[in-house]
Amino acid sequence: MLALDSILRLDAKAIDYIIIALYFTFVLGIGYLAKRAVSNSLDFFLSGRSLPAWVTGLAFISANLGAIEIMGMSANGAQYGMPTVHYFWIGAIPAMLFLGVVMMPFYYGSKVRSVPEFMLRRFGKPAHLVNAISFALAQVLIAGVNLFLLATIVNVLLGWPIWLSVIIAAVIVLSYITLGGLSAAIYNEVLQFFVIVAALLPLTIVGLHKVGGWQGLVDKITADPKGGSTQLHAWPGTELSGFHNSFLSVIGLIFGLGFVLSFGYWTTNFVEVQRALASKNMSAARRTPIIGSFPKMFVPFIVIIPGMIAAVAVPDLQKYKQTGGGSVDYNDALLLLMRDLLPNGMLGLAITGLLASFMAGMAANLSSFNTVVTYDLIERYLIKDRDDAFYLRTGRWLTVGGTIVAIGTAAIASGYSNLMDYLQQLFSFFNAPLFATFILGMFWKRMTAAAGWIGLVSGTATAIVVFVLSENGVIDLPGQGASFVGAGAAFVVDILLSVVVSLVTKPKTDEELKGLVYSLTPKEDRSEAAQEGDHGWYRKPTLLAGISLALVVVLNVVFG
Amino acid sequence: MAAQEKKKAGAFDIRVVIAALIAIYGVVLTILGIIADPEEVDKAAGININLWGGIAMLVFAALFVLWARLRPIVVPVEKAAERAVRQDDE
Repeated sequence: MLALDSILRLDAKAIDYIIIALYFTFVLGIGYLAKRAVSNSLDFFLSGRSLPAWVTGLAFISANLGAIEIMGMSANGAQYGMPTVHYFWIGAIPAMLFLGVVMMPFYYGSKVRSVPEFMLRRFGKPAHLVNAISFALAQVLIAGVNLFLLATIVNVLLGWPIWLSVIIAAVIVLSYITLGGLSAAIYNEVLQFFVIVAALLPLTIVGLHKVGGWQGLVDKITADPKGGSTQLHAWPGTELSGFHNSFLSVIGLIFGLGFVLSFGYWTTNFVEVQRALASKNMSAARRTPIIGSFPKMFVPFIVIIPGMIAAVAVPDLQKYKQTGGGSVDYNDALLLLMRDLLPNGMLGLAITGLLASFMAGMAANLSSFNTVVTYDLIERYLIKDRDDAFYLRTGRWLTVGGTIVAIGTAAIASGYSNLMDYLQQLFSFFNAPLFATFILGMFWKRMTAAAGWIGLVSGTATAIVVFVLSENGVIDLPGQGASFVGAGAAFVVDILLSVVVSLVTKPKTDEELKGLVYSLTPKEDRSEAAQEGDHGWYRKPTLLAGISLALVVVLNVVFG
Repeated sequence: MAAQEKKKAGAFDIRVVIAALIAIYGVVLTILGIIADPEEVDKAAGININLWGGIAMLVFAALFVLWARLRPIVVPVEKAAERAVRQDDE
């Protein structure tokens, strides 16, 4: 894949480079403009809690629309077909709606500045430290993955050396985040969203036209010996889950992917929650993930469908799917389609879209990393009670440090062939037990501080044990089955131990838990007083969430 | 309070920035589409994707500018003050 004269080399001309350069001019310009709005640390880390809901909503899904999502999901589309939509319709939307409707009032209402800080107020220092350190570690690792992918893509497409692409990408991300902080990251995520759509929508349209429209695609996949009609229906998705039994597969997808993995990721991951915390009031914060869910449910059509098209329309990839040989693999699906179908001009825009997505993924990791390390580790434990300017400076320097470490972790990422598997493992390590602890802590006031950290540590340990067992072949599940089982086991162990430990330790008083636990929070603190710009039925969070859920059910029925 | 004044002045409308970039892309692609030779059109399965993509982007950019015009960003004075109080609390 790293050969200098790759089969994937795109025939980029001057005009394509101009289009790419234009985008980066705008990216840096936004960093500069956002800098003028940064006057204290809250501006830098949480955009002064001032952004409108549509901006934070688009940033919410853009932060996740990184390299793994775009390349990984089109690769899954080429390999598994329609069942891949579960990563969106089952694996994202319900959790995003739950975050907006149920959990956001506690995050935004308690005025915490980060997810670990909520942990601190609910469970005290041990749980807080475990959470803050594991989160910071995960973000630097994932930033490295994003950086490495970005560099390999630039290398393959344009022929630049890997080390040069790594450094250029790192410098660009670094400059706009250190200048404008979270606002620069969020505004660039919104811009990135539109550029990605502008890049992938034409590709999908041309691709569909090429294979003879939707019916043509259906016919070709049905006729494909490695495809067949199971790849045209979302359910039961046995290939994807790794369970042979259809019933087990449906259960595995709903509980493993839909419940434990996805709720863990979307509701407790500070990268996502931070975008909502940056919004201007409670109503906008609750609407952030809910507004994000609408574009999110249509992303599969411009990511998975091109992958499916590539598997039947690009000869190189067709050969790979049938024989497993050749010089390309599923991860190249999108690139091959671009190479074969797009003329110069649109090609430059498509490359820009990919670069934008990789870079924004990394920016999201870094902007949440610097917040957690500054507020939750340095200000809380290491260097207390300094003036605000000190922490603002610290945040800027941490971004530099994080970037340098990410360049190092890029090397770790290069050791894994299937990046999707690698990240799923990371998520099940950190997020499934986190969700178990959060949800129990929010609804059961009896849960104690000791139960908080013991549950977290034991849950994470369980996920690691399952990971090791499946790596050694003791548990044999292909596809994503091992991740589902690992996350499920971590969740159950966390809940069980938390309950047992809570019953033998002393709980916090009701007064301390006000605003943090459901039954002890007055209803007016949990719901929003409508402010200017919040009126109108279409701005009611629960109603919007209902519409979104209904749409997802319809999509599942139509494509099931 | 000086910081608050500065923040209001610094509020820029991201919609206009997005529209500007997409509009530039729209113009470039439309021109490429008009001067495209038939060989390039054949590559994209017979669709002149630069032309149609370019036109669609120009329309999109116009709609975004229209939205920004109809619903400009307002920073209510009393809300800015309230925010300043909240920051002092922290």
